[in-house]
Amino acid sequence: MASGALPGRIGAVSRLDPQPHERIDRSKPVSFTFEGKAVDGFEGDTIGSALYASGRRVFSRSFKYHRPRGLQCCSGHCANCQMTVDGIPNVRVCTTPLRSGAAVKGQNYVGSLERDLMQATDKLGGPFTPPGFYYKTFIRPRKLWPLYEKILRNAAGLGKLDPAGARTERVDGEYRHADVLVLGGGQAGLDAAIEAAAGGESVVVIDEGPEVGGGLLADRAGVTTARALADKARAAGVELIAPAIAIGLFEQGFVPVAVGNLLLKFRAERVIVAAGIVEQPLVFPGNDLIGVMLPDGVRRLINYWSIKPGERAVVITADERGLKAAEDLEAAGVEIAKVIDLREAEPPNIEARGRRGRVTEIHVNGQSTKCDLVVMSGSPQPNYKLLAQAGARVAYDSARGIFVPTDLPENVEAVGAVTGDVGTPAVPSPVLGYKGDKCFVCFCEDQTTKDLKYAIREGFDSIELSKRYTTVTMGPCQGRLCHVNSIRVYAKATKLDENTIGTTTARPPYTPISMGLLAGNPQEPKKRTSLHHLHKDLGGRMMWTGQWRRPHSYGDDPGAEAQHVHKALGLIDVSTLGKILVKGPDAGAFLDRVYPNRFSDLKVGRTRYGVLTGDAGRIMDDGVVARIDDDTFYVSATSTGADGVYQWFTWWNAVWFMDVQFANLTGALAAINVAGPNARAAMERVSGDDFSAEGFAYLDAKHVTVAGVPMLALRIGFVGELGYELHFPSPLAEHVWDTIIAEGADLDPKPFGLEPQRILRLEKGHVIIGQDTDSESNLLEAAMPWLVKNDKEFDWVGKWATQQVDDRGLNWLLVGFESPTGAMPVEGGQVVVDGKSSGRVTSVRQSDELGKVIGLAILPTALAVDGGRFDVQVNGKPTPMTVRLGAFYDPAGEKVKS
Amino acid sequence: MLVTCPNCGPREVQELRCAGESTTRPKTTPTQRELNEYIYFRANEAGLQREWWFCRACEDWFLAERNTVTNEVSRTWHPARSPEGSAR
Repeated sequence: MASGALPGRIGAVSRLDPQPHERIDRSKPVSFTFEGKAVDGFEGDTIGSALYASGRRVFSRSFKYHRPRGLQCCSGHCANCQMTVDGIPNVRVCTTPLRSGAAVKGQNYVGSLERDLMQATDKLGGPFTPPGFYYKTFIRPRKLWPLYEKILRNAAGLGKLDPAGARTERVDGEYRHADVLVLGGGQAGLDAAIEAAAGGESVVVIDEGPEVGGGLLADRAGVTTARALADKARAAGVELIAPAIAIGLFEQGFVPVAVGNLLLKFRAERVIVAAGIVEQPLVFPGNDLIGVMLPDGVRRLINYWSIKPGERAVVITADERGLKAAEDLEAAGVEIAKVIDLREAEPPNIEARGRRGRVTEIHVNGQSTKCDLVVMSGSPQPNYKLLAQAGARVAYDSARGIFVPTDLPENVEAVGAVTGDVGTPAVPSPVLGYKGDKCFVCFCEDQTTKDLKYAIREGFDSIELSKRYTTVTMGPCQGRLCHVNSIRVYAKATKLDENTIGTTTARPPYTPISMGLLAGNPQEPKKRTSLHHLHKDLGGRMMWTGQWRRPHSYGDDPGAEAQHVHKALGLIDVSTLGKILVKGPDAGAFLDRVYPNRFSDLKVGRTRYGVLTGDAGRIMDDGVVARIDDDTFYVSATSTGADGVYQWFTWWNAVWFMDVQFANLTGALAAINVAGPNARAAMERVSGDDFSAEGFAYLDAKHVTVAGVPMLALRIGFVGELGYELHFPSPLAEHVWDTIIAEGADLDPKPFGLEPQRILRLEKGHVIIGQDTDSESNLLEAAMPWLVKNDKEFDWVGKWATQQVDDRGLNWLLVGFESPTGAMPVEGGQVVVDGKSSGRVTSVRQSDELGKVIGLAILPTALAVDGGRFDVQVNGKPTPMTVRLGAFYDPAGEKVKS
Repeated sequence: MLVTCPNCGPREVQELRCAGESTTRPKTTPTQRELNEYIYFRANEAGLQREWWFCRACEDWFLAERNTVTNEVSRTWHPARSPEGSAR
């Protein structure tokens, strides 16, 4: 199976006989599929090399014209080998290590890669598809644009993502640090790395090739040389990472590096860029034909993977690189039909011709030579893109036809060929063709010299404008193979010099990377209370509340769950509540400053409700505050507000320096609310403490022992029935819960979830911060004026803004309502006055206890009178509602105080 | 971007929360204009700016001087441990 060659055909190749320095391991065959058919390669192959060895020459179809394209650079620079691998589109297969079982497919064709029906756009579309053609051609009638767009999107493009596909791969991010980060693992990069490591610095080298070595890997004994150098580096303590892509080079030595599905976020003291060069194509008609390749691409095929790239080759070169390729080709048994060294010859006129997209002959100054391989080597271009993106300047060296980076930013160094150390190549004429207009400048985007000249004629005479108009340099190669050539073509056409034209802005990413890598691991931090598994066992239907997972209810009927609390006994896990200990001689004074009401006069052993506002007077959070002793308060916050309240408190004290400390006990403590007419009896079963109406009065806070666990119990009207809220260390939650249920079995204890809790609390008219209030709500318009205590000596946070609301008068009020017709508005439903939207419904529920639909709404003040009528849009129709001030259920609070 | 927490040392910016420019709370009842300026108006300096930062690691607040153009943080300090305090 060694050769997948198609015998007897020009261009068919086979593996060479085993070579002393080849990378492949012929004892280890690796099978994969291409378009569903089995293909064999060897360990050490890339998908691209294995496909080439099997005889495949068409690797892709071009973006616009669907021209067949084949391997060109074999080093991950160009976009000619992009395929879909295991469902992931736009994978450069020339550098993707071969994996057993990989499913590889071509992309952007109709029919097959070999016979793409869309290639008609190449034959017919040429004259009709200049830059910007779709804006001009498909603009009328305007209403048909969506249709045009659909067709155009299908006609052009790269690989396709399955819109219904789910994320199949896990991606992760990791922070890394190094004294020195070397970008590029060629000779220069590894030398610099070894030197830095010898100086005692921690050094990491990253390289985009399948292994480090860079340009060495193209040499005849390159694998051996590169591996010896890599071993030396490792021995010096250097960490080598390949294949890996530096996405960008940012301030303070920040370099995100893509390593497969892992994003390494490097932070380095020094960054050494050793990115080498990018070999440049020459610009002539037919320069995109299959078989027209760059020198190192050819050399890698031969020396790295032991593949004979063709039978008969022509070499056109501006530097040594082409000659080296000719040597290697000859050694591999390829006939060298012609070598044109542009350093010696006058710039020739060149045209490559082919059949079915493959090169078959080349005309040089009118003289034809048969060949199936053309090696073209323009001036080797320093791969300055990362440096430019980091802020370096780039200057054109007209003697050598290359752009050289200068003025490097702080803590960024450059070594090797990227500095411009590339010898003295010839400066090839920007365009070597004498006729025909399909001289490709930008292979990725199918932009030819004709397209660029067309853009200049249309007035896009700056390179930045032209780039946006023609999209030259904007394809997947990110300008690596077209940037210099497009500028030089521009210079020639506009008769300006390259430095005047300048380069376009280099932006990250250096090379296309998957969005998933940037998005990171789809982690949704999930918080579970210590009773989580108990809820699951009880059939709890879990829901998100902020980051918390909480039971919505324990069955189909939340209404019945609520009713059970009214009638007997319910337990709810409220461990998610924020719990902050505020302690110190100034604790009371501190709370007086951050709350509108007063806490310094709260008696030890009592609780009081509090609402937090900012200095803008907007409501932030609410909760119950208990006084444990003179210096200690226990503050509860909403489940989603806990961290915010903790930060709020600590921030104000970073301003005030009061003698008070804060401890966020939210995760450390569990909390269970035991509520219902049987609550007292239940507590008396599990505690020896006094739970009588007199001994443990409404709004008391007491240290008690329940089920053997010392804890803080708050007697509050959480859900409108007699109830005790127990706060104690989290690990004991299941024990306490189980004991209450077991000891009080005859009291009919049942768990209730968040939804029944909402019904119960709405029956009491309790406000949910964030549901019934929004970012504009203030204390007065949320109908909480009783919280405002302006006689405190310190101007509490929010006082002034609240006073200004009072001064201007109230526009709105948050009030209760019921639905006399039983029609159920939606939350957010619009209140309609005289046909205009004037307020909204914030909460609405069916109350089985009351036999009514009840809710809360923000109404214009004039309407907010008890018994007042107003209309809400229900199913598109104004539907009457009646204002009810005060609690719907037990307005006198007899139940909670019983 | 790196920010040096006075307690935890240099940290990646994601480990901290920038709470914006430091402001000065009026000492006495402000006029409506003064209150609005305090609550809503920010200098938005292109240059050195004093900011509040919260370190998620040690859960402490500190002040920082950051150049908003270069993202260089020239100084960080804990207001309670500095003679100039928080200047609020």
